[in-house]
Amino acid sequence: MTQHVRFYQTGSFAVGNRLLPAEARTVQSDPTRANSLTSGHRACRGCGEALGARYVLDAAMRATGGRLVTVNATGCLEVFSTPYPESSWRVPWLHSLFGNAPAVASGVAAALKARGRTDIRVLGQGGDGGTVDIGFGALSGMFERGDDVLFVCYDNQGYMNTGVQRSGATPPAARTSTTQAVGPAPGNVFGQGKSAPLIAMAHEIPYVATATIADLHDLESKVERAMGLHGARYLHVLVPCPLGWGSDAAQTVRIARLAVQSGLFPVFEAERGAVSAVSPIRHRVLVEEYLRPQARFRHLFEPERRADVIDGLQAIADRNIRRFGLLPGEQT
Amino acid sequence: MKPPFAITLRVGSSLANKTGAWRTERPVYLDRLPPCNDACPAGENVQGWLYHAESGDYETAWRTLMRDNPFPAVMGRVCYHPCQTACNRGQLDDAVGINAVERFLGDEAIRRGWTVPVTAPPSGKRVLVVGAGPSGLAAAYHLRLLGHEVTVRDAASRAGGMMRYGIPAYRLARDVLDAEIDRIAAMGVTIELSHAVPDAGAALREFDAVFLAVGAQLSRRTEIPAGDSARILDALRVLHDVAEGEPPMLGQRVVVYGGGNTAMDVARTARRLGATDAVVVYRRTRERMPAQPFEVAEAEQEGVRMRWLSTIAAAGGGTVKVERMRLDESGYPRPTGEFEELTADSVVLAIGQDVDRTVVSHLPHVSVVDGVVQVGDDMMTGQPGVFAGGDMVPSPRTVTAAVGHGKQAARHIDGWLRGQPYVPPPRHPLATFERLNTWYYSDAPATVRPTLDAARRVDTFDEVVGGLDEGSALFEARRCLSCGNCFECDNCFGVCPDNAVVKLGPGERYAIDLDFCKGCGICVTECPCGAIDLVPEDT
Amino acid sequence: MLSQIEGSRAVAETVGHCRPQVICAYPISPQTHIVEALSALVKSGRLTACEFVNVESEFAAMSVAIGASAAGARAYTATASQGLLYMAEALYNASGLGLPIVMTVANRAIGAPINIWNDHSDAMSQRDSGWIQLYAEDNQAAADLHVLAFRLAEELSTPVMVCMDGFVLTHAVEAVDVPSQAAVDRFLPAFQPRQVLDPDAPLTIGAMVGPEAFTEVRYLAHTNQLRALARLPELADQFAATFHRDLDALVSPYRCDDASTVVVALGSVLGTLKDTVDGMRTAGMPIGVLGLTAFRPFPAAAIKTAIGAAKRIVVLERAFAAGAGGIVSADLAPVLPADRELYTVVAGLGGRPVTRDSLRETLAAAFAGRLAPLTFLDLDERLLRAAEEVPS
Repeated sequence: MTQHVRFYQTGSFAVGNRLLPAEARTVQSDPTRANSLTSGHRACRGCGEALGARYVLDAAMRATGGRLVTVNATGCLEVFSTPYPESSWRVPWLHSLFGNAPAVASGVAAALKARGRTDIRVLGQGGDGGTVDIGFGALSGMFERGDDVLFVCYDNQGYMNTGVQRSGATPPAARTSTTQAVGPAPGNVFGQGKSAPLIAMAHEIPYVATATIADLHDLESKVERAMGLHGARYLHVLVPCPLGWGSDAAQTVRIARLAVQSGLFPVFEAERGAVSAVSPIRHRVLVEEYLRPQARFRHLFEPERRADVIDGLQAIADRNIRRFGLLPGEQT
Repeated sequence: MKPPFAITLRVGSSLANKTGAWRTERPVYLDRLPPCNDACPAGENVQGWLYHAESGDYETAWRTLMRDNPFPAVMGRVCYHPCQTACNRGQLDDAVGINAVERFLGDEAIRRGWTVPVTAPPSGKRVLVVGAGPSGLAAAYHLRLLGHEVTVRDAASRAGGMMRYGIPAYRLARDVLDAEIDRIAAMGVTIELSHAVPDAGAALREFDAVFLAVGAQLSRRTEIPAGDSARILDALRVLHDVAEGEPPMLGQRVVVYGGGNTAMDVARTARRLGATDAVVVYRRTRERMPAQPFEVAEAEQEGVRMRWLSTIAAAGGGTVKVERMRLDESGYPRPTGEFEELTADSVVLAIGQDVDRTVVSHLPHVSVVDGVVQVGDDMMTGQPGVFAGGDMVPSPRTVTAAVGHGKQAARHIDGWLRGQPYVPPPRHPLATFERLNTWYYSDAPATVRPTLDAARRVDTFDEVVGGLDEGSALFEARRCLSCGNCFECDNCFGVCPDNAVVKLGPGERYAIDLDFCKGCGICVTECPCGAIDLVPEDT
Repeated sequence: MLSQIEGSRAVAETVGHCRPQVICAYPISPQTHIVEALSALVKSGRLTACEFVNVESEFAAMSVAIGASAAGARAYTATASQGLLYMAEALYNASGLGLPIVMTVANRAIGAPINIWNDHSDAMSQRDSGWIQLYAEDNQAAADLHVLAFRLAEELSTPVMVCMDGFVLTHAVEAVDVPSQAAVDRFLPAFQPRQVLDPDAPLTIGAMVGPEAFTEVRYLAHTNQLRALARLPELADQFAATFHRDLDALVSPYRCDDASTVVVALGSVLGTLKDTVDGMRTAGMPIGVLGLTAFRPFPAAAIKTAIGAAKRIVVLERAFAAGAGGIVSADLAPVLPADRELYTVVAGLGGRPVTRDSLRETLAAAFAGRLAPLTFLDLDERLLRAAEEVPS
């Protein structure tokens, strides 16, 4: 029996792989990677956003040959990286306001075009607050104009910088400091919140994708893909927050993985408004396995198990699985 | 114009902020003992040689293997591979086909004519090895590598011991065995055949040390009331004569008595010698059989029949009288008084072997318990300078265990000869399955080795189990999870949110930059093979 | 070359001659004609190497300008009223980052009640935003001040707001000598940014600054803006040399030399005031007018010099701080010697016409010592009585 499939021990799951040809390895495995966000930043231990930002920007740096400028919304990422007199950025970086990063990025892109410097590419970034809430008007404007910007949302599902308040990306039942685990329906309200990627798709922009810090190859390929296109592009990256989610710092990547494997966070790509690819669930888990390690969902298990709420969240995951076809070959 | 004060900053200036001060725990790289290595009776660094095979560097893989075992091609055929039983991958999908890769490497070495140079300076010491079986030849090989002059003496006309006279050719092709023995001889080991050594003590006057590895070659007998016409043979004799090209007449119907691997070998050999009916009679159940399950399965595929819970009460006149047994509460077989007759042209006894202890009979300080020679942890008998190993000492009596004894003995003999007792390195803690993050490994079930068609194999001594082609061997090697030891997957280097892992380059692994490591532990969680621990900082 | 041209178009043509590289705009009356004209300039190809970005809000307009300026482009936008307030957060950000954006404010009242007509409530509300504010008396000044604004902004690396009265100026057709392309090119060098997003020389722009340095940052912004007080007259001289006409860059005194009463005002009302003053002078009243072109930085020394010995200062305010009084007056009071009388006249709110008759009457009252310290010009008592009636 001959195995014709190329097989590399860790395949494409680990960061690097000595068995892969150099060009097929990740940017992060490269000892000369840009380290766009370098050491000394003040992100919490195990910060998913710090990791996600470096993954994205290093990939964008490689994809653009280092011809990259960035615009950052106010938020954790901005605060932990640039307290005077120290900056952790190694890429050109501009922070203006909380709600205007997409528009500022549009301005940068317009300037570069006017100056004939289209060799330089623009990447805007922000947290979910800066992206799906306060910056959403600017984001939509940037999308509909088709400005040559990749905007990246690092989604940690709440306003973590200000003390873990609810955002439009906070999932149902999650405890935040403005959706506390008290009363008959503890945590965030079911039926609220929005999918920024789906709304982005409605703009029929060239490229929309979701990703997490748990699948580096996928994330890097999406950044590379996005930087290979022009016009408005959107990348929505799930970045667990140990502080806000009440999870162990060491579990940050694992929890992102469970979010995907449970179906709660569908990972897909869309071109011109239509889903073009999905990342299938590899080892499916029930949402409970994802919820349990997070203190923001502790009230679903203590003092008694809230099967009704857990079932509600499972239903959301099941719907995602059906809607995006996350379990190919399975009758759903 | 200068950029604005305070609002505009120099890039990368945060390197001045040493976040390592936040840390209460630190990640520490470590090496753990992979279960394959732990389980290998020959003490092979299985994971170590698989590592090289994974990259397609078969020669380095083979040379790594050869540091512990001079018989990869033989091992790849006859080893019962406890490494695979222990393999953590077995809990994921299927154990890595270590044995098949080993065979591939062994065959590749023979095909390419790889040899092992002796680079150690001559020690001036002479060692006699008694017995050219797996244990003796392994000892000879290792002693030679250590610079000693080695003579191997064996009473048989050909070298190999049980590898030649106990294991049928359909399991171990003779050209393969010859090639691996020849390679040892080519290193400068003197092999003197048809040369029995009657007295180890006498040999000590001629040599600086003696290693005894005469095996267990006396077939055990049992009291079976037998008529004059009964043809009762012992299994080792049958296998030996077949190996010498003088197969005995067994007849059409052969009854084999016993439940070990030798019983299977004989039954399968009987089929190849033309027996239409070969029946294995064993007093317990299949579950309690000492034979390897795959040997039983292959025997059954070849038409060998099994009679469980049966003993032979009498033999003669072309029949065998069999008594049914039942297991009592403790699992011991008890007679039932129910008898049955089987037609049998011959009965082959395969109920165990004993050690011929002649060679130590003149040495009063050598202790013998339960018929086997006693040795210390250093493999030395009660007689200084006389060491022993293999089937003649307490052991599982497998080729691999014997090879392991040979290596161990060689190291202790070397230490003894040099006056510097050999101290084995401490063993790392075991790399358990629970420590792995199996997410990172590709899903891949084992490659199956080709087997000869059952109908064909009953009349041939060709090898039943074939080898892997190169692609399959590579695939199989790459299924290794590298349990407990860094295989440079770059995960720690990638997943650190603080860029506090330094990549040191191929083969050099990684280091933690404690100036910036905050001790979050993501590298520990995401290490596929569990090669990082988080330990508390000293307060 | 003089031509009869709408104020908005004159400004648009002038801005176009300043070779902006990014123009962004969100429409709001009475700013629309300016950006419409600029949009046509870019679209038609008359203005090249320029991106015109139609944004979704004034907040985005200023944000795009911020991004563009930080990326090394000469950036321009225009707004008014609610729009200026909607971009307020970004205004402070642009000045804080030291980005030399130039913006036209077509001055308009702020709602509620919603009102599209002219006063200075919008610009005055942003007087502390860190922007330099220049107010145009007429459309020639409006056009000329934009050329000056780009030069000043880029020299000081700070944003400049050119305020022109909505409708009164923006929609008025007057004879204007639109600064020619050649002359503008002589006066306004290419933009050399103080800092720029550049992969070849990466910088971190927009850091977080805590108590340890925040005061110093603000102090430096203050001293930097004050540099404009010296620089504006110098630039005005250069402007005159280049364009062969005068431009009052700081203040514009009119018949103040021997005046016992000086009326201080900003914007287009200065024309009416000058006519009124001329009439009162004929009637023997020694009165003068002091126009403020620069309101930020506040030209205290120039004002002091201009008012000389005048003992009565009347500030004609086009905006109003409810619960306090005059806005310009409040800045002026500490500048005046203790023996001067200061009157505040709030006039022309929400587009209410400021007539010569009303002005004459009010200023005459001041001469007669009958003017209250705070007066609302033409306050309609009938409407106030109606407002007090209980609705049925």
